[in-house]
Amino acid sequence: MKIIREIYFAFLGFFRTFGALQFFFLRLLAGTPLIVVSRPGLVIHQVYNAGALSLVIIMVSALFVGGVLGLQGYDSLSKFNAESSVGAVATLSLVKELGPVVTALLFAGRAGTALASEIGLMKATDQLAAMEMMAINPVNRVLVPRFLGGVISMPLLAAIFNVIGILGAYFVSVTLLGVDFGAFWEQMQLNVEPADIWEGIVKSIVFGVVASLLAVWEGYHAIPTAEGVGRATTRTVVATAIAVLILDFMITAIAI
Amino acid sequence: MQQTRSVEIGTGLFIFLGLAAVFFLTTRATGLSSQLDENAYEVFARFDNVGSLKDRAPVSMSGVTIGRVTSVEFDPQRLEAVVKMKINSKYDQIPDDSDASILTSGLLGSQYIGLQAGGSDTYLSDGSEIEFTQSAIVLEKMISKYLFGGGSSDEDE
Repeated sequence: MKIIREIYFAFLGFFRTFGALQFFFLRLLAGTPLIVVSRPGLVIHQVYNAGALSLVIIMVSALFVGGVLGLQGYDSLSKFNAESSVGAVATLSLVKELGPVVTALLFAGRAGTALASEIGLMKATDQLAAMEMMAINPVNRVLVPRFLGGVISMPLLAAIFNVIGILGAYFVSVTLLGVDFGAFWEQMQLNVEPADIWEGIVKSIVFGVVASLLAVWEGYHAIPTAEGVGRATTRTVVATAIAVLILDFMITAIAI
Repeated sequence: MQQTRSVEIGTGLFIFLGLAAVFFLTTRATGLSSQLDENAYEVFARFDNVGSLKDRAPVSMSGVTIGRVTSVEFDPQRLEAVVKMKINSKYDQIPDDSDASILTSGLLGSQYIGLQAGGSDTYLSDGSEIEFTQSAIVLEKMISKYLFGGGSSDEDE
């Protein structure tokens, strides 16, 4: 009987959090026009924090993800004597799947954790409370710019990831493994449709919203202690990873 | 001051790289860059069987891509497939008795239209029809001909 009760409350708690998250999302959206018009500098600063500072990790990862796609694609395709299609295979995998998903996971690790711990620490040191005392809305002043910075950065990061990944695959398959240079580009251009690019862009926008929302949410609702901030940071990564992978499946199912 | 400057440079660099990447993906990675110029003219051809020819398949002459297929449709009146294609305006001296055949690049590659120059003095122009066409070779038909046809050549294909 006790177990049933616990399960019941666990479910209730889950749906309550989920519902509160929607309200929180609406609050962020409601604050967006005001902040964009009155304090665009705050948003740009957060684009720097979330986007520009993530460039290095994104580019290095993309180079190696692309390179490994080149290797694996070459290895698998050479079984069918279709090595020349490696450009198309690598590009399609990158643009449609790996680009948005890996970028979102790296983004959660690099920018999401930074957001959550920063906001959590602000809460723990009563900075948010102090703002409220001064009649400054902390949601608008602190959370909205960080959320928007993440939303703007994510699609751009994913696009950069895709391009560097393609170059990585190109380097491995053409320069190291000897796939014909023309065949690589020709197969890629022949098989990649604009719809594939769009699928990737839509995914990266959705992931950007979700990753930023969860990071800001976890930070804002962190228990204001050292342990609580640490936990919020961990939960950001876990929740983002799960949400991104589930949404990825759903978007792919719709797109195909 | 120094700090704002580096933030601005970093943000500018990031946004610039991101937009350049989007541009690269939408133009270079898809076949759009090898697309048609504005004055490309449209011609059409009728085929008994287009195989798996798709929109945006290349139209090539002597192996050089000179245009793209823009639509593949079925004409219910004449019970034939109608393939419309656009050819770049700089290739405006293609004899109008050239013939179009549907070919396959590589063993399992995608299909494209190959034009073979004719000898006429008049050239293809916007809206004209390529009258001499050769359908796609369907692998199953070739195999069944080989198995059951007693070695006859494939003249009607």
